[in-house]
Amino acid sequence: MTGRRTGAGPVPDTWILFDGGEVPAVAGEPVSAALLAAGVRTVCRGIRTGRPRGVVGIGTGEPGAQVRTEGPDPRPMAPATRVEAREGLRVSGLAGYGRLPEQAPARGGDARWAHCDVLVVGAGPAGIAAADAARAEGARVIIADEAPEPGGDARGGGRDAWAAATWRALARAPDVRALARTTVTGHYDHGEHAALERRGRDDLLWRIRARRTVLATGSTERPFAFQDDDLPGVMLAGAAAAYVRRHGVLPGERAVVAGCHDEALWAAAALHDGGARIAAVADARPRTGSAAREALRRRGVEVRTATSVLRAEAGADGGVAAALLAPVGPDGAARGEPVRVPCDLLAVSGGHDPAAPLAVQAGARLRWSAPHAAFLPEGLPPTTVCVGAAAGTRDAGAAEEEGRAAGAAAARAALGPPVAPPDPVHTGPLGPLAGAPVGGLPDVMRSRGASAQGHGGEGVGGPAAPATPAASSGSEADAPAMALFCVTGPGTDAARVYVDLQRDAALSDIRAAIAAGMDSIELIKRHTTIGTGPDQGRTCGTVASGITAHLLGRTMDEVGGTTPRPPYAPVPFTALAGRARGDLIDPLRRTPMQPWHEAHGAVYEDVGQWRRARYYPRGREDMHAAVLRECTAARTGVAALDASTLGKIVVAGRDAGTFLDRLYTGNLSTLKPGRCRYGLLCTADGMVLDDGVIARLPDGAYLVSTTSGNAETVLDHMEEWSQTEWPELCVHVFNATDAWAVVSLVGPRSRDVMRRLAPGMDVSQEAFRFMDLREGEVAGVRARVLRVSFTGELTFEVNVPSWYGLAVWEAAMDAGADLGITPYGTETMHVLRAEKGFIVVGHETDGSVTPLDLGMDWALSRTKDFVGKRSLRRPDTARGDRPQLVGLLPEDPGTVLAEGAQLIGGAPGPGAPRARSQGWVTSSYDSAALGRSFALGLLRSGRARHGEVVHAVHLDTAVPVRVADPVFYDREGSRKDG
Amino acid sequence: MLLIPCPWCGPRDEREFRYGGQAHIAYPADPEALDDGAWADYLFVRDNPAGPYAERWFHASGCRSWCDVERDTVDYTVTGSCPTGAHPAAGPDEGPCVSPYCVRRAVPSTGGTR
Repeated sequence: MTGRRTGAGPVPDTWILFDGGEVPAVAGEPVSAALLAAGVRTVCRGIRTGRPRGVVGIGTGEPGAQVRTEGPDPRPMAPATRVEAREGLRVSGLAGYGRLPEQAPARGGDARWAHCDVLVVGAGPAGIAAADAARAEGARVIIADEAPEPGGDARGGGRDAWAAATWRALARAPDVRALARTTVTGHYDHGEHAALERRGRDDLLWRIRARRTVLATGSTERPFAFQDDDLPGVMLAGAAAAYVRRHGVLPGERAVVAGCHDEALWAAAALHDGGARIAAVADARPRTGSAAREALRRRGVEVRTATSVLRAEAGADGGVAAALLAPVGPDGAARGEPVRVPCDLLAVSGGHDPAAPLAVQAGARLRWSAPHAAFLPEGLPPTTVCVGAAAGTRDAGAAEEEGRAAGAAAARAALGPPVAPPDPVHTGPLGPLAGAPVGGLPDVMRSRGASAQGHGGEGVGGPAAPATPAASSGSEADAPAMALFCVTGPGTDAARVYVDLQRDAALSDIRAAIAAGMDSIELIKRHTTIGTGPDQGRTCGTVASGITAHLLGRTMDEVGGTTPRPPYAPVPFTALAGRARGDLIDPLRRTPMQPWHEAHGAVYEDVGQWRRARYYPRGREDMHAAVLRECTAARTGVAALDASTLGKIVVAGRDAGTFLDRLYTGNLSTLKPGRCRYGLLCTADGMVLDDGVIARLPDGAYLVSTTSGNAETVLDHMEEWSQTEWPELCVHVFNATDAWAVVSLVGPRSRDVMRRLAPGMDVSQEAFRFMDLREGEVAGVRARVLRVSFTGELTFEVNVPSWYGLAVWEAAMDAGADLGITPYGTETMHVLRAEKGFIVVGHETDGSVTPLDLGMDWALSRTKDFVGKRSLRRPDTARGDRPQLVGLLPEDPGTVLAEGAQLIGGAPGPGAPRARSQGWVTSSYDSAALGRSFALGLLRSGRARHGEVVHAVHLDTAVPVRVADPVFYDREGSRKDG
Repeated sequence: MLLIPCPWCGPRDEREFRYGGQAHIAYPADPEALDDGAWADYLFVRDNPAGPYAERWFHASGCRSWCDVERDTVDYTVTGSCPTGAHPAAGPDEGPCVSPYCVRRAVPSTGGTR
């Protein structure tokens, strides 16, 4: 039995299940503490070697024990040190990669945005003091810490009561938000931070915009490497002592402690005081601090200097049973015969790495400090400051003072000088920015520029000299740390000197990488995978750098570390998704007539964000049969389409006509109120952006229709040109798409239905011509009716306020019932328009198609400029061999081509020349009116190739098709008047 | 994400904006007068400096106004912004804008609110 509760901590009050077995636990303590107390040494196994692994650390820096939480809050993988014990918790050790829990609902997620004056990351002594000082200055403060409780690295020391009380006061204070269990995962531009808050089954992803940031992120204890350093029972010394102090859990009965700094000696004292028998204490330094040495001597323990652990030895249970101690030199090379010391706990410590990833993301560089034996951040921007252990300050009292000063300074900087409101008046339109006022911009907008200030910034001095824990007396009694990364001897098996336990990467891997020519730490990381495990090199990164520096004969600064990119800790995809899943992944837009479609069995199609009826099957009809029936009704009787999704943009203002003249290809200023005209909209490079009918309303404003789902694009385009190019024009555009529902009555009998629906409106051919707009009452509702046609048939497009859309649709269905009025959906709409050769933006165009390619020169004004016109003369757009719109008739009239099929010349096959695409099929349908299949496509020089046979290739088939004119039906346009 | 100073709304998150490329590329007064090279320059050729850059942003999810922003492309320092264009009063011979939709027709030439 190894590991027990000392009795000084809380008594277990619950049970958890680990790998199916019951383990007593204290609610709220980390699972790792419960496992250590229960003597569970092997928690999981190495990803590649399958070697047993146990608890190594405490807090987030845990390279060994990974677990999967099966319930009640399923998580695929987490360090056992970060999973809180609670009743009913079921965890299992994880072999290798994380696995999502089976049959468990996905974790919940949500997002929150917050702004603050001062963001404090970390709630150790420095962080709590900083937040408290910033609050006292009147700043809006957010303080976040990964752990369930405040206190940070100093937890279990003498400051717990102060930390808890101050945290509670902060949480109660107005304008302060104290977030526990919250990891700040990244620092981004202009003071933005992402943070992950774990709330039981849910994760909350914060985006925090801070004027000032105080990084009190603490430090991570690092080990050093030696043979079989991965055995269960090999732990970090500071972590082992912390289990005693914080949780009353003694990780082993008989301990060997090996380190290279005074804090490891203090850890040995703590283990002793917790009841462990200290079998040996080794310090690689020739001389230790006198205070710690004396403290151990009083406990009857002598420190073996210039000595370290060369190898761990496994016992019958696979865990550590002995340590082999040997004299070592300053480079970690063992000399002389090792001494075997039996133990069940081998507590090692190589030093403390400031947790600097956020500082680096904020712009800091890391520089090796020999007195600290650590990389310290420097050159932070003025908006960010690093304090406490994160800046190399090991003494908790000094860290608290640093934090207090930094928090107050950050608050004062964030709160003043007062921000002047932006002043748009004194900046001329299109004026050069050099003269624009810059006052009033928050200086967080300059956050990335590294300042000349040291890491402390803003009134905080440089890193304090290394100091011992508060328990020690006087810094003269301390000795500086030594950099120790790896201990090897002549017989060491480098393949078992594990550097990254999570990746099972060893000293031999680093040697192999260097032998292969890698001489940069970034390359060595990629070659060895060191630092790519769940903790992203938090515990092993500096060790890998140190070993590399030794092997290459370089300094630590020359080798450096790998780039700590966000996220700092794993962020579940469910947290990133937040609520944007299922129905909420994208807004779903429905027309007012949706209930009718629903009641009449419509099959739907998503068009952009719109859910549209695609067809209305009757009985056992499939889509093909339904569409042929709907098409026949539209061409021979009367049919109705819910066209509410059509984009509707109102363009008004004194200069609306001039504005539309400049944008659209045709002349619209000459359009008379009550008339409509078709227009094409191009981008400046001459490519078709949209098309539609523009109507002039009786009050002189224009109603521009756009392709369904394209209204926002067209609106953006119009606002851009009106604001940025022609501000002198008085033009106002707004999107009226949702304000109007549209019932499109189509077919030769549609006039009969209109007469019944709108008895007060003269809908005769003489009074209501093609391309007329009339206002009046339809079905008792104020309406705009447009005589336009997207099918070639007589059409009345009835626009009514959305509130009445369903009622007017139902009225139309009643009025046309005896005429067999047939509702039709988007599929029939597409067939009917394609039969007429009408394009649909997005089908026949893809952003690389000009009006000339579509054969629509008739829509282009020759007398005025329009956006994109000049581009039509560019050599590339004017060349004759561009893909051009053609009709395509499969030689087999029963074959419906695949949309997107490529068009090639000759039939492919063995011996045929390598085919080159000459175009593609853009729309393809079966036609009731034509009694055969047909298609539209874009074909190189297509207009000159009518009658030619080409081949449409799709997957493994090639179908011969004859090139034809794109207008298949009613070329004379005789049917539009009924 | 950047913090972009909208001249009308103040600093706002980049998520609210759409990018509009380099600022101060005016639509040529007479496109037909340009040769193919000059027209292609207008269409396609933009500066790509390492340093201060005047660029356009559209406050799409905010006030729907375009603005010009000066941003350093190296360290993302934002040094200023100003409105793109402004809707001036009608010219002396044009009379006031009579559109019932116009919400800016009273804007005096010295600027004003909207």
